[in-house]
Amino acid sequence: MIPEIGHYALILALCVSVVLGTLPIYGAAVGNSMLMSVAKPAARGQFLLVLLAFCCLGYAFAVKDFSVLYVASTSNSQLPIQYRLAAIWGAHEGSLLLWVFILSIWMVAVSFLSTHLPEAMRARILAVMGLVSLGFLLFMLTVSNPFERLIPAAFDGRDLNPLLQDPGMVIHPPMLYMGYVGFSVAFAFAIAALLGGTLDATWARWSRPWTTVAWCFLTIGVAMGSGWAYYELGWGGWWFWDPVENASFMPWLAGTALIHSLAVTDKRGGFKAWSVLLAILAFSLSLLGTFLVRSGVLTSVHAFATDPKRGLFILVFLAVVIGGSLILYAWRAPRVGLGGGFSIVSREGMLLTNNVLLVAALGAVLLGTLYPLFLDALDLGKISVGPPYFDTVFVPLMTPAIFLMGIGPLAQWKKANLPELAMRLRWAFAVSAATALSLPFLIGKWTPLVSLGLMLAIWIVTTSVVGLRERLAHADGSSLMGRLAAVPRSYWGMLLAHCGVAVFIVGVTMVKGFEVEQDVRMNVGETSTVGGYTFRFDGVREVKGPNYIAAQGTFHVSQDGREVTVMYPEKRRYNVQNQTMTEAAIAPGLLRDLYVSLGEPVAGGAWSVRLYHKPFIDWIWGGCLIMALGGVLAISDRRYRLAWRRKEAAVPAATQMARQTVS
Amino acid sequence: MNRFLLPLAAFLVVVGFLAVGLTLNPRELPSPLVGKPAPAFSLPQLHDQAKVFSPNEMTGKVWLLNFWASWCGGCKEEHPVLLHLAQSGEVPIYGVDYKDTRDEALAWLQQHGNPYPLTAVDEAGRVGINYGVYGVPETYVIDKAGVIRYKQIGPLREDTLQAKILPLVRELQKQ
Repeated sequence: MIPEIGHYALILALCVSVVLGTLPIYGAAVGNSMLMSVAKPAARGQFLLVLLAFCCLGYAFAVKDFSVLYVASTSNSQLPIQYRLAAIWGAHEGSLLLWVFILSIWMVAVSFLSTHLPEAMRARILAVMGLVSLGFLLFMLTVSNPFERLIPAAFDGRDLNPLLQDPGMVIHPPMLYMGYVGFSVAFAFAIAALLGGTLDATWARWSRPWTTVAWCFLTIGVAMGSGWAYYELGWGGWWFWDPVENASFMPWLAGTALIHSLAVTDKRGGFKAWSVLLAILAFSLSLLGTFLVRSGVLTSVHAFATDPKRGLFILVFLAVVIGGSLILYAWRAPRVGLGGGFSIVSREGMLLTNNVLLVAALGAVLLGTLYPLFLDALDLGKISVGPPYFDTVFVPLMTPAIFLMGIGPLAQWKKANLPELAMRLRWAFAVSAATALSLPFLIGKWTPLVSLGLMLAIWIVTTSVVGLRERLAHADGSSLMGRLAAVPRSYWGMLLAHCGVAVFIVGVTMVKGFEVEQDVRMNVGETSTVGGYTFRFDGVREVKGPNYIAAQGTFHVSQDGREVTVMYPEKRRYNVQNQTMTEAAIAPGLLRDLYVSLGEPVAGGAWSVRLYHKPFIDWIWGGCLIMALGGVLAISDRRYRLAWRRKEAAVPAATQMARQTVS
Repeated sequence: MNRFLLPLAAFLVVVGFLAVGLTLNPRELPSPLVGKPAPAFSLPQLHDQAKVFSPNEMTGKVWLLNFWASWCGGCKEEHPVLLHLAQSGEVPIYGVDYKDTRDEALAWLQQHGNPYPLTAVDEAGRVGINYGVYGVPETYVIDKAGVIRYKQIGPLREDTLQAKILPLVRELQKQ
């Protein structure tokens, strides 16, 4: 009964989304405020319905209702409850439900936090989001219904893919989807602005916090995916340029470009058409990501569920949503007009260059991801594009972008003076160049890439210090504390996010430059030394988990004769799917990770073992976390809070006005 | 041309490729074994452990070799197609039960029907390695001289059977 309620709730949600997607848009076009006012309650109603469906599916998992096909195919009676609930998004149908659920969360958030927007604008925004959810609901109800019954019921379920039975997997997809789907808000703002023809600085001001929040979620989501690959796949890598990783990275690049472009639109009124295009692009790439993962056009370690019929549906949906928006863009954007002029050497100029570089990097990733498909479609053979391509194109594109990242915040708007900028930055440059050239020698090995990476990282930090010092010098207040407090939070947010990039670069550089990897065959009692750490293999014993049996190895790790830690890597065999998983043991540290994964047993109790010493690897994810914190800090800025207060004051006045008009 | 149309044009190109991409199977890799003699093996039979099966017994016939397992979901999917083909009697399908236990395999055939005149048991998966099996089900078309002529990776579907495999089988049978 409960699954039927969920199914029914989805059907009702579909009906509501039809209403939400049509009436308010029409109302906004003809100026009928009654039709426009449908948007808010419809968005909230749809949220409740999707929430109900989501809870129904969660309930089916919780009570192990194996008469629901999706539950039977992605969970098992032995599966612990937290993974049974995470199995809601463990495969295709449930992921879609999560997608729609998160979309409706964003819709409800917009409906509550948009009271300061003109009614037509709000109506259009919610309606556009309603149309997007209409597509997804239709998709679910036609070809991927999570509530489909299995009659007769299965005796037991086929279990969740063991790769996904991991705490990281419990939160990675929701985070990623919060980011992906969060860009739908910026997208809806952009479409609403194109429809209404009011593309001005206020539009950018409204879009900015939404975009930043989505970007923060996406940053965390992508970082978590990378961390998951690092500890769960057992290869010790943190990024594989896999099509599905790229699918999450491309919206991130577009979103990063969008954040910077919106800043210009907000502050200077420029880059309007460009911002709109980026907003469309960011969301389109989120949709494309869904398509790539779900349709099976590309092979990937992530392609857990593929079906060409579904692929066709998503492709048509993609064509309608993206094609439609781009037609609208081509039709309306030419009338948007340009912002104020600026010289190439100015903050606008540098942000524009940065944007172009980010989009070029995005294009390179997109090309690399789709290239195998292009060749196959043209019958030119089957190839796969791997890390060498991506590394080769990515570094040269990102290097100038990061160099500009240091200068941009210090340049004046409109027109900056190059010699004067050079004077202000000469110390930052000297310090970063000198450290970058000498530091690798101290660590032990000098290579151009290590030097370049360190230089960029130090450059970001030193230029941030210069920028902050100048800010403080101009800030009001006599005491240092007072002046620090006078610096707006959005500025701190930017500094923090940029320093996050620096931390990230240090991590990548050090891992690439100095990691040590050893594949060895170890007998019980044997030792092996990697990166100054001695690993002693003390044999393997059998341990039982809730739904698996594992061979657990014991490794005593010592440095200079002192015991540092004991590590227990596992090789798990999951009972239901009869699948073996490598559970690496990781001893994390601020300056290095030790990583041990078990290979295969060799004759006589010996095992093949993989040992890694990975310097600074946690800085990669730490950097991403700092970037996201920077974003959070930026949206907690005073001017947004002020906007709230003003709104609270403004609403009653508007209502009064409305009442007066009525009477 | 209106420069605001450029994004749309680029997008249309991508959609075109994606549409073509949907009709292709990225997993369909040309097997290096196609055109080569089928690797020899001698494996115990599923229903009668005392007897063995070896591909050279099939010399002079066109036949299909199907790798399957009771734990494999895709096998269940293709099973009706195999049963149907076996009923038509057009070409014999020999099975290799891959990395499986005998009891489960027998129970599985009991439950779903048995399209194979004979199934060999490859418990350790060694024969699978020689054939380059990287996921069950996989199906090989082998000609009268014992040469592999076609390899199907993944579940066999009725349309591939009609469009590719049966015409090939008929042609090989004429030779």
